[in-house]
Amino acid sequence: MLQIRGLAASINEKPILRGIDLTVPAGEVHAIMGPNGSGKSTLGYVLSGREDYVVTAGTVTFNGVDLLGMKPEERAAAGVFLAFQAPIELPGVNNANFLRTALNAIRRSHGESELDAVQFLKLARAEAKRLAMPDDMLRRNVNVGFSGGEKKRNEVLQMAILRPKLAILDETDSGLDIDALKIVADGVNALRGPDFSALVITHHQRLLDHLVPNRVHVLAQGRIVRSGGPDLARDLEKSGYAGLVPEAA
Amino acid sequence: MPAATETIDTVQALADTGYKWGFETNIEMDLAPKGLNEDIIRLISERKEEPSWMLDWRLKAYAAWLKMPEPDWAHVTHPPIDYQDLHYYAAPKKKAGPKSLDEVDPELLAMYEKLGIPLKERAILAGVEPDENERPPIAVDAVFDSVSVATTFRETLSKSGVIFCPISEAVRDHPDLVKQYIGSVVPVADNFFAALNSAVFTDGSFVYIPKGVRCPMELSTYFRINARNTGQFERTLIIAEAGSHVSYLEGCTAPQRDENQLHAAVVELVAMDDASIKYSTVQNWYPGDAEGRGGIYNFVTKRGACRGARSKISWTQVETGSAITWKYPSCLLLGEDSVGEFYSVAVTTMHQQADTGTKMIHVGKGSTSTIVSKGISAGKSNNTYRGLVRILPSAKGARNHTQCDSLLIGDQCGAHTVPYIESRNPSAKVEHEATTSKIAEDQLFYCRQRGLSEEDAVNLIVNGFCKEVLKELPMEFAVEAQKLLAVSLEGSVG
Repeated sequence: MLQIRGLAASINEKPILRGIDLTVPAGEVHAIMGPNGSGKSTLGYVLSGREDYVVTAGTVTFNGVDLLGMKPEERAAAGVFLAFQAPIELPGVNNANFLRTALNAIRRSHGESELDAVQFLKLARAEAKRLAMPDDMLRRNVNVGFSGGEKKRNEVLQMAILRPKLAILDETDSGLDIDALKIVADGVNALRGPDFSALVITHHQRLLDHLVPNRVHVLAQGRIVRSGGPDLARDLEKSGYAGLVPEAA
Repeated sequence: MPAATETIDTVQALADTGYKWGFETNIEMDLAPKGLNEDIIRLISERKEEPSWMLDWRLKAYAAWLKMPEPDWAHVTHPPIDYQDLHYYAAPKKKAGPKSLDEVDPELLAMYEKLGIPLKERAILAGVEPDENERPPIAVDAVFDSVSVATTFRETLSKSGVIFCPISEAVRDHPDLVKQYIGSVVPVADNFFAALNSAVFTDGSFVYIPKGVRCPMELSTYFRINARNTGQFERTLIIAEAGSHVSYLEGCTAPQRDENQLHAAVVELVAMDDASIKYSTVQNWYPGDAEGRGGIYNFVTKRGACRGARSKISWTQVETGSAITWKYPSCLLLGEDSVGEFYSVAVTTMHQQADTGTKMIHVGKGSTSTIVSKGISAGKSNNTYRGLVRILPSAKGARNHTQCDSLLIGDQCGAHTVPYIESRNPSAKVEHEATTSKIAEDQLFYCRQRGLSEEDAVNLIVNGFCKEVLKELPMEFAVEAQKLLAVSLEGSVG
C-alpha cells in the first residue's frame, strides 16, 4: 500500500505540494479531484520520480519501501505506473518493441525470464483484444500520429501489459468519448484486486460512474482539503469546489 | 546464431569499458621504411608483384599528388599530417599471399576469431552442404594493414562466375578488367587523398559480377589496422555487369593508440544496364580517447557510377568510429532512369569530428536519388552533413529527395547541415527536408517511467531516430550496427 506523509515538493523553487497526507490501502482505488493548478499532476510526477520536481519535505512509502529514494525505473520495477496526461511521442520506436523492452526490464529486475518477441506479441494481442483496441496500435510508433483518444487508450494498453501494483492515472479520461471512457475504466477495473491500488486524477464524475472509487480526495493549493466516499465526487459535480477552497476565491 | 551477432557478443566480452576493439596483435611485420617517395612506391609495387603498367599508374598519381594542396574546406580541425612520418607498407611476415587458410598465421586467425569474423570455411571444408533454411553464408575478404590475409568462399563464388579476391591479386590475374575500370570512376587526381591512395594503395577487394548473375551470397571485407605509425590505403573496385546484383559489406576496426593514424581509402563502383550494387559500411575505427587523443583520420573517397540504364547504386553507412571522418559516398547517375541512394547514420561522441554526406550527380534522363542522413552528436563532438545534388541540363525529369535529421545529446556538441543544390534542368524536382532535435527530458522520463534504464531509453530513442537507415542494412549487419550505436553512446547522457 501507498503511504504519503507530509509531502511537499516544488519546481524551479516554486512550492506546489504543501504537505500531503494520504494512505491508499492495497486493493483500493482513490480518486483525486480538485481545481486546475492544485498540484494533482505534480503529485503523479513526484510519486513516479520525475527529476525536475524537488521533494522538500515528507516521506512516501510503497509496500514498506521508501519510494523517494528510488530512480524512476526502479519505481516502475516496484510496480508504479503513471498514465500520462499528455503521452509522449517516440518517433521510429515501435510500440510493441517499446513495451517488450519495458516489460522485460521489469521482469529482469524481479529475476523473471524475459519474453521473446513471439511470447510478447501473444500477450500484447490478447490485452489489445480485451480492451477492444486494434492490433495495429502495437505496430505503430509510440504515440506518433495518434489522436488524443488513441494516446490515452495506448496508456491503458501499456498499463494492462505491464500490470502495475499502483497505477496513477492523470486525467486519462479527459477528451475521451463515452466508449473510450469505458475502455479506460474497464482497463483499471480488470486490474482491480487485493494487490492493486490506483490513484485516479480526474475532473469528471463520468469516469467514476464506471470506475467506482473507494475514496475521493479533493486537492487544493497543494493540500488535501476534503476526503470522503464516492458521494463526494457527485456532490462536487453539483456544487463545485467553491466551498472547499476558501482562499482561492 | 548469425555471425554478426556472435561478432558483437565476442567483442563486447573483450573489455567492459570504452572502445572494445582496441587490442593489438603481436605479429612480426614486414615494414617499409617511413616516408613517401618514388622508391617506396616502387617497393610497394614490387612487393605486390605488379605489372609495369600498374607501377606507372601509381607514379603518375604520385606526381599529381605532389602538386595538390591538402583540402581545408571540411568542418574539421587537426594538426598538420606529416606524410613523411608514416609507413606506407606493413604486412604480416611470412608469405605475401597465403594460398589457403592453413598457410595463414595462426595469430592472425586468432585475432579475427577474437573479432568474431567467420573466416574459416569450416562447413565448406568439411563438405557439409549449408542448410537450406539458413541464411546464405557471407564470403569474407580480410585485410590486415597492407595485405589481404584471407578470402573465403572463393570456390563457391567462382562457380557462378563471380570474382572476389584481393585487388593486388586481381591486378595480376585479371589485368584487363582492372586496367579498364581502376581510376575510371575516381580519377587519380580527383582529390588530394584519392591521389595519395592511387600512389600507395596496398590492398582491398576486387569484385566482378558477370552479366545476369545475382551474387549467391553477401560479400564482405573486414579491414583492420594493426601496425603503429602506419597508414592504411585500401582500394576497392566492384563491377556489376548488365543485369547483375551484388550486396557488399565492409567493417573496420583498429587498436587503441595515442597517436593518430591515417586511413585514406578509395572505393569505385560500376553498375551497367539494370545492374544493382548495394554497398553497406559499418565503420568503427578507433575514435580516440575521452580527451581527444589518438584515433583514426578517416579520409575516404567512395564513388559509384551508374553507367547503364536503370542501374542502381545504394550506399548505406553507419559511421561510429574515427577521430575525424571525411567521407562522401557519391553516385554519378549517367544511365537513363538510373537510381542513386545514400542512407547514413553518423554518430560522434567525445571529441570526434565528422564531415560526411554525399554527392548525387544527375546526368541521365529520369535519374532519381534519395538521401537520408541521420547525424547524432554527443559529448564535445561536431557532426556536419555536407551534400551536393547537381542536376545537369541532360537530366530531364530527374528527381531527388533529401532528408537530413540531426539529433543532439547534451549541450556541448554541434550539428551542421551544408546542402548544395544545383539544378540546371527546369523539369527536375529537388526536395530537401531538414530537422534538428534534442533528446527531450520528457521522452527519457516516459521511457524510464515504463521501466527502462536511462541508457536503454537513449538507445531506444536513437535507434528509432536511425530506423529508416538501419532498415536498409542486411539483417545481420543491422543487429551489429544497433549494438554498436549503443556502445558508442554509452555514458553520453547523465
